[in-house]
Amino acid sequence: MSDRKTLQIKQISGHSGPSAGFDMQRDAEVCKLIDTTICIGCKACEVACVEWNDMPFSPTTFDNTYQTMPATRWNFWNLIKFNEHQREDGTIQWLMRKDQCMHCADPGCLRACPADGAIVQYTNGIVDFQQENCIGCEFCVSGCPYDIPKFNPATKKVYKCTLCSDRVGGGLEPACIKACPTGCLKFGTKDDMKFIAEERAKQLRENFGFDHAGVYDPQSIGGTHVIYVLHDAENPERYGGLPKNPVIPWSYTVWKWLFKPVLGTFALFGLLGVLLHYVTVGPRRPQPEPPLREPLEGKES
Amino acid sequence: MSTAIDRFDDKARTAFDKIGQNEVYVGELQRHRVYTRFLHWMVALFFFLALFTGFGIYLPWLFRWFTPIFGGGPLSREMHPWFGVGFVVFFGLQTLNWIQPMKWTAADTRWMRNLPKMAGGKEKQDPPETGFFNGGQKAQFWEIVGGSVVFVITGIILWMGARTFGRWPVAISYVLHDISAVVMLGGIFIHIYLSTIGEPGTFQAMIRGAVSEAWAWTFHPAWYKQVTGRDPVQACEEARQRGEFQGK
Repeated sequence: MSDRKTLQIKQISGHSGPSAGFDMQRDAEVCKLIDTTICIGCKACEVACVEWNDMPFSPTTFDNTYQTMPATRWNFWNLIKFNEHQREDGTIQWLMRKDQCMHCADPGCLRACPADGAIVQYTNGIVDFQQENCIGCEFCVSGCPYDIPKFNPATKKVYKCTLCSDRVGGGLEPACIKACPTGCLKFGTKDDMKFIAEERAKQLRENFGFDHAGVYDPQSIGGTHVIYVLHDAENPERYGGLPKNPVIPWSYTVWKWLFKPVLGTFALFGLLGVLLHYVTVGPRRPQPEPPLREPLEGKES
Repeated sequence: MSTAIDRFDDKARTAFDKIGQNEVYVGELQRHRVYTRFLHWMVALFFFLALFTGFGIYLPWLFRWFTPIFGGGPLSREMHPWFGVGFVVFFGLQTLNWIQPMKWTAADTRWMRNLPKMAGGKEKQDPPETGFFNGGQKAQFWEIVGGSVVFVITGIILWMGARTFGRWPVAISYVLHDISAVVMLGGIFIHIYLSTIGEPGTFQAMIRGAVSEAWAWTFHPAWYKQVTGRDPVQACEEARQRGEFQGK
């Protein structure tokens, strides 16, 4: 689901050896900025997402909130999570957060993926699934701290937000950005978006009384290419379960890139070991063996 | 409980003896009956099918080597769990079949201590107290029993995935599944080596089901004594004096 001609590859899942075209060309890191403080929950981004990606609109679930459905689906990648938060003084705050792939700098899905080329990370920071290479093992689901990859039982492939890599590759902004009517969504380089986000957080702290306003760009996974401005950056969980310290399971880091090759090599040595035993010590034969011949002096080496 | 298992095993052994044959020639002993051989080769078949489908997923280096054998990555991933089910079912039946002779004894502990001398070629014959299965065979058997339990538990978690069990059970199961596979793989190198070129005359025990008497008194002296009533050391010595040497 991408245009591979224009995007430079940084990392490929399950890939041994270097990636083709790696470091050929420099590319600015892109970033989507979501300012939750000015999201009105209009769902224009949800519609733009299914429209651009040519997916049918999913059946919705009405549960007395302003949320379209409980979670994203394999064919519904962009969901405004809604939470009615009651402050200590009894007043109420509606928290709207656009939930989609965070495009982590250190993607847990890509680390977990065993299939060569099923997940790629471009130098601009976009993490993209290549369904033609996906084997449907769903390891990426356990690697992701945000519960983003979604399995389609019919095709047995996993799908998620592409950050409109096809549009970005062609020099356009993602569809959700284009549809946003309030300016809550912005798209640009990571540096620019981080700067705008910090300025906005400062404004919220100084002029609007949100003392804990801040930017969500978790460093535990090397930062993300989707960042949030939150009214209360100390409690991101309130925004539909945004983890404060997202982590990738250690088994997908230490185990996969260190112990697996080491153990594989040990297994190879096991094969070598029995072969060497055969040519040095030799086989154990049923007894009695024939008696050994007297060596011929000087004739044999 | 154990009597029900015994009755089941007896019935299966008798039924399979009617289908297959146990040809034991003069100078040979019956080692494995048809039912045992059938189970062994079904276990072996499913082990290697599961191993090769799993290899591609285990290491990125092996992905492009092993997944094409089964028609590509998606099909490998789809079939791997079913091969695993086959392995576990047939090994489960083998476990019931072998649970009696595989019981660990003090003689097996002594056999394990003696192992370096035998592996180093210092001792040509196994210790006289070595029965139908030796300590090494029993150790491998129980390793596979334990490894299979790990395979089943972690395999179901991996099969159903993080959608059902959550992230961390999958991430941990993945490691345990791999460890169990690598340990079993190491064991299988030794198993295949010793049953073919490492100890000549062994392979036919799982093909025809019979072994030569010389093989029996060399590698399983106590079993030889039990079935023939003769002393294995003396039998070997008599064969030597008759000049009945066992190949080179």
